[in-house]
Amino acid sequence: MLAGEAGPGMQMAMEIVVALGQIYGAADLVPVASVQVSGVSYKNLGDAGLAFLEEWAARGARARVPATLNPAGMDLVSWRALGFPDAFARQQQAVIAAYTALGVTPTCTCTPYLVGHVPAFGQHVAWAESSAVSYANSVLGARTNREGGPSALAAAITGRTARYGLHLEENRRATAVVVVRCPVRSEADLGALGYLVGSQVGKGVPYFRFEHGLLEKGRGTLNTLGAAMAASGAVALYHIEGLTPEAKAGEVIAPGAEMFEVGDLAPAYAALNGPAEAVDLVSIGCPHAALAEIEAVAGYLAGRRVKTTLWITTARATREAAEAAGLVARIEAAGARVVADTCMVVAPVADLGFRSMATNSAKMAFYTPSHSGLSVRFGPMEQCLEAAISGQWPATSGK
Amino acid sequence: MELAGRVIKSGKAEGIALVSPAPIGFLGGVDPDTGVVIEQGHPLEGQCVAGRVLVFPTGKGSTVGSYTLYRMAQAGTAPAAIVNAESEAIVAVGAIISDIPMVDHIDTGQIRTGDRVTVKGELVTVQAADASG
Repeated sequence: MLAGEAGPGMQMAMEIVVALGQIYGAADLVPVASVQVSGVSYKNLGDAGLAFLEEWAARGARARVPATLNPAGMDLVSWRALGFPDAFARQQQAVIAAYTALGVTPTCTCTPYLVGHVPAFGQHVAWAESSAVSYANSVLGARTNREGGPSALAAAITGRTARYGLHLEENRRATAVVVVRCPVRSEADLGALGYLVGSQVGKGVPYFRFEHGLLEKGRGTLNTLGAAMAASGAVALYHIEGLTPEAKAGEVIAPGAEMFEVGDLAPAYAALNGPAEAVDLVSIGCPHAALAEIEAVAGYLAGRRVKTTLWITTARATREAAEAAGLVARIEAAGARVVADTCMVVAPVADLGFRSMATNSAKMAFYTPSHSGLSVRFGPMEQCLEAAISGQWPATSGK
Repeated sequence: MELAGRVIKSGKAEGIALVSPAPIGFLGGVDPDTGVVIEQGHPLEGQCVAGRVLVFPTGKGSTVGSYTLYRMAQAGTAPAAIVNAESEAIVAVGAIISDIPMVDHIDTGQIRTGDRVTVKGELVTVQAADASG
């Protein structure tokens, strides 16, 4: 393949995989069962990225293992009604066409594991999208490094990735034990905890011991924890005592692991909240909302009406399930939208005229000020929905 | 002087060295239309990398930087070759997709801005600026 007998598109993909193996000291390559590709929003790719994808496709490169796609910069169906500019939409559609030509399924979600792309325990995969990487490694027990856009695509085209880092058993043990002494009451608390731990452990592997247990059932999912740790730090794998598969399978704490405690989440809320009192955009669904989260929003909004723009971002397949269950109609009756294929981290939100955002996602609260220049408010779903109803950030959450 | 390193992207190129003591991030760090380093406070700020043999310790920043290098190659503003002490994924992938010869595991302290440098495979040949007149 490296010599080019499989075509120039394959040759370049193999060069990338081999070079990364050299750089990271891999002994060999390992076949991958599936790939998640990032680098989809035209806002981030620009014309250079689009031209590169089109050229790679023209050189005959095709994914040879199942590959799915990260969120795009807009809802691929309802972009016009949502106010996305025509010029942006044309280029975004060209990006999707290039990926489709490369054999990547345009799922356009950061939660492939919620729409049928679920790696098995111990399976080697090559995933990009830091929150999905964290989920695949930690919650599913699959094995992947944090791939970048081009390296994940190269893995899809060759069906292989370099065997280093988290593909190796010895690198999957916890380097830090985190004792959580305070209660974790909401998905925002879970994100706040992730923000604190990610800043502390960087690239390390944390092992969580929750003294007060985890959230009650149905309140958010673990992906908010992983997403936050991958944003404030570079955490790609974590373990939770008695819960995640590798923690249940045996001893996963490395000898000499450092130990620290989290007794208060207030510092995270202080760091992630800007001063804005007025809110004009409320965003739920980072990572993309699960059906249960959409159901919770619909329930909260029953009989009420939002003043601000309220978008619940999700995967197209999840949106279709929500529509079939009547949830989309209920949410739209309150004046809010269920938006598919995109999220507020990768959409050109400043170009859409928004100035201040409220979100229940620590990851989004972390990235938005630098990515989009919007002022951010961060709190649990109920507090965000109250902000959508009143247009003001409320002092406390709950109705 | 001849230095031997490790091939990241094979090829042959020649040019005048532009040496940075600090890592380079291409996304937001270099203007792809002009090839000029725009990162504030960077040792190479205001200098143009186009056609030079760009020598720096390692890359940094967003993975989208790989595509910035590709865009520079298309616009004719890319370096002729890249020499690193220790390469990382972003610049390595950028060099491969942009067909820019690249070598790492080189003692970059041996090369000075203005030296004439030839990169060929794993070999980096350095002709000091003062010796060449």
